[in-house]
Amino acid sequence: MNKVTFDRKQLAVPYFIYLVLFVVMPLLVVLYYGFTDAEGHLSCRNFAEFFTNGKTMGTLVYSLVIAVVVTAICLLLAYPVAYILAKGSYARKHAFLMVFVLPMWINFTLRITALKEILTVLEGNLAYHPFMNTVICMVYDFLPFMIMPLFNALTKLDKSMIEAGHDLGATFPQVLLKVILPLSVPGIISGVTMVFLPAMTNYVVLDMVYNSTYIMGSLIGSYFNSYDWNNGSIISAILLMLIGFFTVFTDKVILGKEEERI
Amino acid sequence: MSETKTIIRLDGVRKSYDGKVNVIEELSLDINEGEFVTLLGPSGCGKTTILRMIGGFDRPTDGKILLDDNDISLLPPNERPVNTVFQKYALFPHLNVYDNIAFGLKLKKLEKDEIDRKVKEVLELVDLEGFEKRSVSTLSGGQQQRIAIARAVVNEPRVLLLDEPLSALDYKMRKEMQLELKNMHKRLGITFIFVTHDQEEALTMSDKIVVMADGKIQQVGTPEEIYNEPANVFVADFIGESNIFNGVMSGRRKASFAGAEFECVDDYEPGKKIEAVIRPEDVSVVGEKDGILTGEVTSADFKGTFYVTFVQCGQYEMEVHCLEHYRPGAVVGLTVLPDNIHIIPYDMTINNFLGFIDGFVDGKGLYLVFKDFAMFVDQHRIYPDSRVSKGRLLDENGEFIDYQGKEVIAFYQPEDGDMSDDAKEGDVVGRIVSFYYIGDHYSYTIRTDNEIDYVVDDEDLWNQDDKVSVILPKKKMKFRLKQEDMH
Repeated sequence: MNKVTFDRKQLAVPYFIYLVLFVVMPLLVVLYYGFTDAEGHLSCRNFAEFFTNGKTMGTLVYSLVIAVVVTAICLLLAYPVAYILAKGSYARKHAFLMVFVLPMWINFTLRITALKEILTVLEGNLAYHPFMNTVICMVYDFLPFMIMPLFNALTKLDKSMIEAGHDLGATFPQVLLKVILPLSVPGIISGVTMVFLPAMTNYVVLDMVYNSTYIMGSLIGSYFNSYDWNNGSIISAILLMLIGFFTVFTDKVILGKEEERI
Repeated sequence: MSETKTIIRLDGVRKSYDGKVNVIEELSLDINEGEFVTLLGPSGCGKTTILRMIGGFDRPTDGKILLDDNDISLLPPNERPVNTVFQKYALFPHLNVYDNIAFGLKLKKLEKDEIDRKVKEVLELVDLEGFEKRSVSTLSGGQQQRIAIARAVVNEPRVLLLDEPLSALDYKMRKEMQLELKNMHKRLGITFIFVTHDQEEALTMSDKIVVMADGKIQQVGTPEEIYNEPANVFVADFIGESNIFNGVMSGRRKASFAGAEFECVDDYEPGKKIEAVIRPEDVSVVGEKDGILTGEVTSADFKGTFYVTFVQCGQYEMEVHCLEHYRPGAVVGLTVLPDNIHIIPYDMTINNFLGFIDGFVDGKGLYLVFKDFAMFVDQHRIYPDSRVSKGRLLDENGEFIDYQGKEVIAFYQPEDGDMSDDAKEGDVVGRIVSFYYIGDHYSYTIRTDNEIDYVVDDEDLWNQDDKVSVILPKKKMKFRLKQEDMH
């Protein structure tokens, strides 16, 4: 009998097929639609349209504002939590971490439905504060994604670094500013990446809290709903490029510098 | 000797984590200004904890730490005139060499010119001129070590703490750094407190060595004192090589051990149990007929400047460092000068266990309860003249004996105890916390969860931390009522 030889590389085959069918192919389709017009001719009109149309640019700015505010609040809330969890002397810090990450197990629309009830009790009519409610719901939704990478980065931070800071005469705020923060930059970056871009496109949250202003996600959705594949695709493609730039930038410029030092 | 001033004083310091077992037990120590003091001991002996308490990273559970007679026990590290060189250097990877060294100076808000000058000076001190702009990750282990020292001394601390700073370096580098640290100490004139588990390093560098084990100070002294006059068997065994034998004083300045009688200079009353320590380099090999001991060479290994020779004298083994090579199988005589035999009185406090009497059953005896075990013991072993009448215990005058709750001390000889790796076989279970070789057997100290030590002699080699059970020699155990209850 012929022995069937098994190569470890073959383990990657199922995912590779999945990747080609559901990631690479759709991306190519998006690029195709993005750079063709309704008749199927190659065209850059959609691309130019995005940057000249006041409505799309306004949406981009609004999305950026939401994303910046949500990311900043997430960072401010998550950092102390992650620090206490990572550096505190609790016997079951991973169990505590679970408490913060646990909400991720429940679908986010369900969670936001629940949160809406609380906000209604507090505010009365949700429609009066669309921006604030959007931010509150998104922060609630994305917080675990910020805590996790920060927790990992701060756990790796050698305790003797903090002690060395104190030893050299620094108070806790000084150690935080001059030692802990700079050394947790990789964690901050991955946390920001995990929150910032999803916050730009998560239009379901806006719909749920009756925020009728468009963000990038709703814009794409509205084009697709009216069967305008070309304009919808070019916006998706542009967002994709933004993600690409952001990733390359953080990898090369900020993390690259870190690696050089470590 | 010139007038010395105490700079650091530990006064009855005790440390326990979460209210559990004491890491440091009631420890007092004076450190003089300008001294190079080494805390030496095996891992887990509490030496690093002491350093961390002086540095301010840990607080003593009890007791005080004084600097210049001021209590600093509760002062945070950033308010102490003390700097630390950490074991793994703890250099900041996000800062270059200059910024690492200037870290403390910038916090003190010094002028830029002054910082520049001080950084330059200290880089010269550690022989790394011109390294200001280098990233710390590009430095070798030895260079990082120097930067870590520079970063600490640039703040001109009163006391410099060094936590096993050389342990990560290779042998040659370590030797070099030992000398450099010693020179640096001379030039700077500040007090160094150095922690290490390497006895050779401690002997080379220190003005004063503090030998520690089990959270307790075993001995404080100059390197010569520690080496030549170890205070106990632990120190003798830990510092350098030594031959240790159990014996008794057989006369005035005469000790009998290893199957022979030796002249010695320590004077204890005849009959006293002792332990004799002989350094391998102090044993002379002579002709077969001329030695106090005669034995057969079992092995001889060349160590560069001498041969490590083992001589079997009857059941006792003696390690000898000699310049000549004796072939295994050769029969030789061994002598030791009286001056080179160090006599340590036998520690009579070991294997004494405090318990109490909790009842009497006719036919079985008195029921004794100790912290780790309980047992029935024939009443005559505690009350020799007692008799039993109608199930009750009477003394020689026919009075009832009030035995209930009386405190009893049990004792056994280490050589009568036994060990087993089967937990069920013995009476108490614990871990081996220390052991050393005594001529023809090993002496093991086994510690139970109740922090009680059992000393047992055994011929086989077991390992530190082995979980073993101790088989108590119930027939040979001795019992006595605690003194104060006798009256």
